[in-house]
Amino acid sequence: MTNVNYFKDQFEQLQDSGPATAIAELRTDGFNTFNKSGLPTYKLEEWKYTNISSLFDKEYQFANTAPAIQLSDIDAIRLAGHEQANELVFVNGRFIPALSTIRSTASQLVILALEEAAKGKYEQLVKAHLGQSSEYLKDGIHALNTSFIQDGLFLLVPKGQQLTEPVYIYHISDARQQNTLSQPRSLIFVEENAKLQLTETYTTLGTSESFTNEVLEVVVKENAFVEYYKIQHDGLNASQVGSTHIHQIGRSHVHTVVVSLNGGVIRNNLNLVLDAAGNETHLYGLYLLKGKSHVDNHTLVDNKQPNCFSNQLYKGIAGDASTGVFSGRIIVQPDAQKTNAYQSNKNIILSDQATINTKPQLEIFADDVKCSHGCTVGQLDEEALFYLRARGIPKEAAEVLLLEAYAADILVQIKPEPLRNHVAELIYEHLSIS
Amino acid sequence: MNEDLNMLEQTALNEYKYGFVTDIDTDIIPKGLNEDVVTLISKKKNEPEWMLNWRLKAYAHWLKLEEPKWPNVKYPPINYQDIIYYAAPKKKEQLNSLDEVDPELLRTFEKLGISLNEQKRLTGVAVDVVMDSVSIATSFKEQLSEIGVIFCSISEAIQKHPDLVKKHLGSVVPMTDNYFAALNSAVFTDGSFCYIPKGVRCPMELSTYFRINAENSGQFERTLIIAEEESYVSYLEGCTAPMRDENQLHAAVVELVAMKKAEIKYSTVQNWYPGDKDGNGGIYNFVTKRGMCQGEHSKISWTQVETGSAITWKYPSVILKGDYSIGEFYSVAFTNHHQQADTGTKMIHLGKNTRSRIVSKGISAGQSQNSYRGLVRAAKGATNARNYSQCDSLLLGDKCGAHTFPYIEVKNKTAIVEHEATTSKIGEDQLFYCRQRGIDAETAVALIVNGFAKEVMNQLPMEFAIEAQKLLAISMEGSVG
Repeated sequence: MTNVNYFKDQFEQLQDSGPATAIAELRTDGFNTFNKSGLPTYKLEEWKYTNISSLFDKEYQFANTAPAIQLSDIDAIRLAGHEQANELVFVNGRFIPALSTIRSTASQLVILALEEAAKGKYEQLVKAHLGQSSEYLKDGIHALNTSFIQDGLFLLVPKGQQLTEPVYIYHISDARQQNTLSQPRSLIFVEENAKLQLTETYTTLGTSESFTNEVLEVVVKENAFVEYYKIQHDGLNASQVGSTHIHQIGRSHVHTVVVSLNGGVIRNNLNLVLDAAGNETHLYGLYLLKGKSHVDNHTLVDNKQPNCFSNQLYKGIAGDASTGVFSGRIIVQPDAQKTNAYQSNKNIILSDQATINTKPQLEIFADDVKCSHGCTVGQLDEEALFYLRARGIPKEAAEVLLLEAYAADILVQIKPEPLRNHVAELIYEHLSIS
Repeated sequence: MNEDLNMLEQTALNEYKYGFVTDIDTDIIPKGLNEDVVTLISKKKNEPEWMLNWRLKAYAHWLKLEEPKWPNVKYPPINYQDIIYYAAPKKKEQLNSLDEVDPELLRTFEKLGISLNEQKRLTGVAVDVVMDSVSIATSFKEQLSEIGVIFCSISEAIQKHPDLVKKHLGSVVPMTDNYFAALNSAVFTDGSFCYIPKGVRCPMELSTYFRINAENSGQFERTLIIAEEESYVSYLEGCTAPMRDENQLHAAVVELVAMKKAEIKYSTVQNWYPGDKDGNGGIYNFVTKRGMCQGEHSKISWTQVETGSAITWKYPSVILKGDYSIGEFYSVAFTNHHQQADTGTKMIHLGKNTRSRIVSKGISAGQSQNSYRGLVRAAKGATNARNYSQCDSLLLGDKCGAHTFPYIEVKNKTAIVEHEATTSKIGEDQLFYCRQRGIDAETAVALIVNGFAKEVMNQLPMEFAIEAQKLLAISMEGSVG
């Protein structure tokens, strides 16, 4: 694979370009891991159902030259409710402050380039938490992101700030000239008694292939409240591995919703480390797949301390020749007594070319726990379909109606109304066009 | 809670009751494995040329394989050159009645509570005793042969029914299937062979009691059951083993073939030496069991009660090839002390309108680790495939683990697959309810555990259900919190 040599050159160039900082050291660690493990293949248990190594036959490039993205390009992709939001823009994996709009005041919200934060007053914080996710994600693709940490984002919601303006992150990949590899990296702190609403979306410009390999690390402190939404509705030429690692180090509440509509090969890693007694976490996911889309959701809830509660519900629909994968893992460590952990994965399969692979796992090392998981694979209810058709609703419309209702369970978990309505429209459109 | 902990400790001290070594001269070949040993085994069994070639081919393939590392169990590396691959009790002549069996051997079975005489007289069960790899006695053979049922040791079958063996051996579990299946194919010394002809409903439960005897001898059993069209057979397998310190490897292969409208019911009670309370010794039970629903409307049902072995690692599977075929798997796995179990099933739906059902109950106590690992696959052609899986775990201590790894792969839009799993400990309120009614804690726990396992126990044939309940009770005796 010529890509490996390319990565090596690029890595050396990057390391030579700047001073030996803590981040540069982290990059070296990352690159060593990448060299050792290479890209994950289906032989790795965690990658059994998703093959990304073949994607790299396409020879992606980093887009190093200054990207030709205008504010008007961004207008086209703004999310509903953006008028009140802090909008952060990543282009080809790099945080571009010039294109971003920050509406909260500096005392409410701290936004810095990651390299800058690593130097100034947040040095210790960055040192302590950047790269924590590699304890859980040990594969080469995660290490590849770490090898190229550059122009990352540092975001901090200070103590007691109940941020009313949500944070929207737009990831833009410019694939108009070439196949583009983007590797955004972010580190987010939500301090004591603070509140953050965070949404990410992804857009690929042009018709060449784009690959986004993202790592987002979130640290949540005592009494903080975090809502995290990820909306994937990009072109079929857009593939991605998105790793979100949320570390709840104080007793806090986290609520996540991941919606995957269009895309090429998508892999979402969502890790929740419940590292304080009494943490509460809700994870929701929806994948509505058509064409040849391949969406793989891996969740991990690691209960390290007692009295934690977690609930997961992932629902999927696989049509055409698409593939839906769910792998949920709940670990209850020996100290995590009185854990309540629930997990449910439901799937509808609409075509004989479609595939659903699901693997809900429980690993329990403590006895005083209540854990359950369930998963189903099935079809639309024939009787419900008949009921609608008997009332003169055409078959296609009836199906859309039922699928919408099926998706609604997850949709209602998107709490901000403008965003919810926006996603509802996307879903309706997505389901109606066959 | 303190009381419960005390009881747990008592359980931990509860020693293996069936640990004794029977003193019979055994005819063994030296430790180690190479082509000569494979050839020697084949010669000792007086096997035809094709069988030897088959073994050698398997051995050659085994050399190319690496021992799998993926299961959720830990054990020191096995030295395959340190195992005796053949040990047979000295008596060689075929026996016609139990009177001819070595009295020492009979006493062993009496100690186990499995008196052949008793069984023969009272229960009408035909018993094919496997004592260290060679069948000693087969009872009720005449009665069975009248209706055309062949029930004998696999060695005898190779001599007397080579066509049947040649046709089916390795058809469900190919010699290249996995590491331990390849090893077994090369060195298997004995096992059972059943053939149920077309339209025959086997009038009695067929049963083999396994028994490991000579020190350091691994057991490599090979069982082959063939049910022809519209036949029925229920097969029981149970085992106990003497106490010893060195770990013993047991890598058996069981193959079931069910033709059109045939039904095979395979039940196992496994109580091999699990090691002492510190985790020393015990049997490694690495078994490949697989059934093939070859014909339409065929049915294969696995029921297992696993209480023994230091490590249990097996996945009795069903390949649902025939349309309308049915696969079932019922399992109770109890682990205590340092025992480890990684067990479950595979249901591979290939034919149309195939159905499968999985009920797995795991109970962990002490420092044991108990995993369920299962695969349900509905292939493209498996129209209307239906599966329901349920796996529940009960934790009886704060140092044990219960894990669930289900894999579900669906490639068909008419398939319906459901899986649910729960993990919990015995509810305080359940215990309280029982104790309030004057039931002591120990009985209450036994009652609750029994209820927990009932769905599986009910699947066992009557003769076995009693033994299984006894076993579960012994495993939990003086127990549990």
